[in-house]
Amino acid sequence: MRRHHDMGGQAAGPVDLTEHDHSAWEKRVDAIMRLVGDDTRKLMSVDELRRGIEELGPGAYDELNYYERWIASITNILIEKGVISIDELGRRMEDVKTRWQAQSEETS
Amino acid sequence: MTGEHGHDHSHDHGDWPYPHPKQPDLEDGPLTHHMAMTEALAELLIDKQIFSADEFRRQLELMDSKSPAEGARMVARAWINPDFKIRMLENVNAAANEMGIDAGGIPIRAVENTPDVHNVIVCTLCSCYPRMLIGLPPDWYKSRAYRSRVVRDPRAVLAEFGTAIPDDVEVRVHDSTADLRYMVLPQRPEGTEAMDEEALSALVTRDSMIGVTDLKTD
Repeated sequence: MRRHHDMGGQAAGPVDLTEHDHSAWEKRVDAIMRLVGDDTRKLMSVDELRRGIEELGPGAYDELNYYERWIASITNILIEKGVISIDELGRRMEDVKTRWQAQSEETS
Repeated sequence: MTGEHGHDHSHDHGDWPYPHPKQPDLEDGPLTHHMAMTEALAELLIDKQIFSADEFRRQLELMDSKSPAEGARMVARAWINPDFKIRMLENVNAAANEMGIDAGGIPIRAVENTPDVHNVIVCTLCSCYPRMLIGLPPDWYKSRAYRSRVVRDPRAVLAEFGTAIPDDVEVRVHDSTADLRYMVLPQRPEGTEAMDEEALSALVTRDSMIGVTDLKTD
């Protein structure tokens, strides 16, 4: 059976030629992937990245944007491999949100 | 608050992001769930010494330094130097290295446009792309419409880019993978016989190396 990402040859509308510059956080996702996948670390491969994206399922594939799918896949795979735990990720995300909030208030 | 960035860059953040996290940049807008995930993961990996803050910064700088200019230099050299072209068609990564360009470890294959053959690249499964030679892919390269249709009806897709391929020219579509990427060696435009390598490289566009456009001098 054809999986959701395997779209070669399917019908689709016209190509939207609009481009956007990559934002700072998108470049960070890209850099994390390159580092964890490089020859020094070899923690995950590009094939694993794609497998993780495919496992997000059809809903996530269409609702999340490109680098959202990437970071979701990288994070899931590093949890799966025991490099990080889901608990420490959750706690750190709360820290990031708290700090960001404080910083926004400081600079606004 | 100073400057155009919306926050003060005047002090040294040192080895961002830890222990003095400032990211994500406020200009990225509201902190989304996935932006927080990105920052949290980067911090955890640095804490665990999977990579250092310095390696992270250097990686960001490396990708920022990648642009279509490097691929364009190779194309111009191939137009001028037939021996180089042969080497490039045999092994792009080695040919890049010869010019002091780091094409990375994943093999890239150059496919040459001729009066009889027009090549175009895609990654139907995801977004594999010769990023080490031409930078990060444009949004449309990663889009459902491009990935779905260019393998089935490339002439119609190319027409959407304003590229008309005559019926007697064969169109070849190359589907990239995680282990093999492609770049197109476009045809040298007519009327460029007097131009040197540097001037020629300035003519070579990103889209011509993806194969969605041809190069013209008008």
